[in-house]
Amino acid sequence: MNEILNLSRRDFFKTGALVGGGLVLGVHLPKLAEPGRPAEAQQKSSTFAPNAFVRIGADDSVTVLINHSEMGQGTFTGLALLVAEELDADWSKVRAEHAPVDPAYNHLGTGIQMVGGSTSTWTEWERLRKAGAAARAMLIAVAAADWKVDPASCRAENGYVIHAASRRRLSYGKLAEKASGLTPPQNVALKDPGDFKLIGKPRKRLDTPEKTNGAGVFGLDVKVPGLLVAVVARPPVFGGKVKSYDAGKATAVPGVRQVVEIDRGIAVVADGYWSALKGREALEVAWDEGPLATLDSRTQGEQYAELAKHPGAVARKEGDVATAMGRAARKFEAVYDLPYLAHAPMEPLNCVADVRADSCEVWTGTQFQTGDRDAAAQVAGLKPEQVKLHTTLLGGGFGRRAVPDSHFVREAVQISKAVKAPVKVIWSREDDIRGGFYRPRAYATVSAGLDAAGAPVAWQQRIVCQSFAVGTPLEAFIVKDGVDGAAVEGAADLPYDIPNLLVDWRQAPGGVPTLWWRSVGHSHNAFVIETFLDELAHAAGKDPYEFRRALLTKHPRHKRMLEFVAEKAGWSNPLAAGRGRGLALHESFGSFVAQVAEVSVSREGKLRVHRVVCAIDCGPVVNPGQVHAQMEGAIVFGLTAALHGEITFENGRVKQRNFHDYPMLRMNEMPVVETHIAHSAEKMGGVGEPGVPPVAPAVANAIFAVTGKRIRRLPIRDQDLKA
Amino acid sequence: MKQINFTLNGKAVSVEVAADKPLLWTLREDLGLTGTKFGCGMALCGACTVHLNGEAVRSCVTPTSRAESKKVTTIEGLSPDLSHPLQRAWIAEDVPQCGYCQSGQIMAAAVLLRENPRPTDADIDDAMSGNICRCGTYQRIRRAIHLAARMKMQKTQKTAKAKGVAK
Repeated sequence: MNEILNLSRRDFFKTGALVGGGLVLGVHLPKLAEPGRPAEAQQKSSTFAPNAFVRIGADDSVTVLINHSEMGQGTFTGLALLVAEELDADWSKVRAEHAPVDPAYNHLGTGIQMVGGSTSTWTEWERLRKAGAAARAMLIAVAAADWKVDPASCRAENGYVIHAASRRRLSYGKLAEKASGLTPPQNVALKDPGDFKLIGKPRKRLDTPEKTNGAGVFGLDVKVPGLLVAVVARPPVFGGKVKSYDAGKATAVPGVRQVVEIDRGIAVVADGYWSALKGREALEVAWDEGPLATLDSRTQGEQYAELAKHPGAVARKEGDVATAMGRAARKFEAVYDLPYLAHAPMEPLNCVADVRADSCEVWTGTQFQTGDRDAAAQVAGLKPEQVKLHTTLLGGGFGRRAVPDSHFVREAVQISKAVKAPVKVIWSREDDIRGGFYRPRAYATVSAGLDAAGAPVAWQQRIVCQSFAVGTPLEAFIVKDGVDGAAVEGAADLPYDIPNLLVDWRQAPGGVPTLWWRSVGHSHNAFVIETFLDELAHAAGKDPYEFRRALLTKHPRHKRMLEFVAEKAGWSNPLAAGRGRGLALHESFGSFVAQVAEVSVSREGKLRVHRVVCAIDCGPVVNPGQVHAQMEGAIVFGLTAALHGEITFENGRVKQRNFHDYPMLRMNEMPVVETHIAHSAEKMGGVGEPGVPPVAPAVANAIFAVTGKRIRRLPIRDQDLKA
Repeated sequence: MKQINFTLNGKAVSVEVAADKPLLWTLREDLGLTGTKFGCGMALCGACTVHLNGEAVRSCVTPTSRAESKKVTTIEGLSPDLSHPLQRAWIAEDVPQCGYCQSGQIMAAAVLLRENPRPTDADIDDAMSGNICRCGTYQRIRRAIHLAARMKMQKTQKTAKAKGVAK
């Protein structure tokens, strides 16, 4: 543990950068500005800030600084619980706010400040509990000194330090000022999980009040004096460039202040969004559309099919697939085509930037603070420490707000710099849907062989998709031996016991910007695996549940969730007439999720998903309420894609524009979702993403059960289901 | 530019805006009330739902001029202190995730409950399917609407009882 107090800011940054993987306790943060409180008031307050993560005010308030952006997944509550538990805080006094950008808040796995990969809780599990425990020890030490008693004779409870023998107690707020003078302890013991008072019990979210009265501030809600609004005309084809433009008609629109060319297009800057939008409509731009001007989804599909004919980079190889296939009693093969998908967070992308001569402020809902801050500095021509980035609430992220090139921040900074005023760049919904950074289109061929007894002896899966890592700084982290880990995840680690396995990947040509989309490669690989396995089970004349179970002897956590969901869903119980039941199981982001979907299909091909039963083993649970919420949300996210999601191209242009042609699941399509959380002392996993991959295959398998039709392309179309 | 007068959350306001400027942007940019959200700009998602003379409208496609001499209620005007049954129910059921769509969800639900104090699931489907939640909180929204209906009913019964005693 570092024991560094009263560091100069420079030293702080130097030291802070070294603590990745270790602890930041003892790093005394420079005074951080509290929003809504004048600096003077802060000076007078005797806030106790023993480390970067917790501040205790004289008013007994406990503020936890959250370094993993709150985008709906519940980090404000879940991470605050970790601190509050070990601090023995009064939960009613705990509040959460986003941390500033600082190396002290770097993700322990990636070394940058970010949220993603369903990692927030398990990566902070130890660090934040230690942050709370150290603060508690210091509060106890101060109280004991005050009372002249042995600290060991004191205890902390619900926001107080208590000396039972003398019946004395002092609230944390009363101890805060004196505790500020102490050196954080070197070693703090953490509670035995059996003693947890807060962790593991359902706890309501801290951010619900501000999300039910309009008070919560999202990026789009940021107010800055003199703020202008910009919309950007971006190329209609990815990779296109501005050839020429005429701003005359645009600047004639009332309210339009300026039209400026930036790296990514032409920005129309106005007094407000409506004027900016009308200005953009009037703007005349000639585009050089570039090499993707002829991109078409149909011909792209043919291209992918051609690529799939030849071997790719090997992601996994066991035994000898060719020989085993040759000896197999029966052989099966299938081809899958799964589309590009947009994240479509409810809050369209936006960013506020205010570039001055020697400073820059940025307000945005981001998943990637460090990169965005550094990008802002680069564009503004400043040093990173001259940039102050404020993280607002995120109106959904799903990966879309973790962009390695920081484009939505760069645009705002570039425009603000050009017009010398604070600017809010707002993306229309059309800009968002057509803005790229999609889940890659994934084409897959899969073949398998069964022996005479119906057991699978060989499995070959080839995945064709773009890589968003190759050729970028992400390559070092994601690409190994020529295989993009994000493209093959979930397939390369197939858990089923099949002796001969071959999984390979062919990289599709780039151009269309692609990115991680909630559950990333698992989102397409789980669909292929779990539906094809279902085909094999039926071909073998076996129950899909029993078929899977027999192949999971080496994977007890998978097997346990399979059994758990079967029990909870009543897998062997008879179903109502006209209903079908389908099962899928998938591990991702360290958690194991099994789902059973119940569906019906009308003669016209109308699909109705009635019920989804979900079982999850994510290891120890911090807040069961939020595990439920994430499973419910993930199931809706996966169903939206399965039933409606598709981004397609014609003449190089994205065909979809808004929610009428890129629809979302709505209330009238919502199935009953039942989530069951396994009691588990196994390694902790994530919960934001793992609920997504199983739902589409569970539904497709249920469709087969009721119609006999196999779904091998998504989204599921009525015409594919017609009787 | 046109002078437009209306009542906003119980207070008289006057704005000078382009007559076709959507009410959403007048509320957010000219009147500083950012609780009403922008989601699609085409009346497809419901994030911008406000009440115009008590009716739920999509403010992203409602010209500000339509509000002339009318009463506009936004999420900020639903209650001063989170006391509206829907807000209490939203908190009790832990509905929001990212929270961005929830102002619109609550404003749509408020009209539903006023017109139909005991909605069935089918009624909720009908009334709420115009509001998208990308985080997928529909199941909790449904539960919260049922809970708010019960809260309202109990309050009405209590008030009726109290009045009965007074007589």
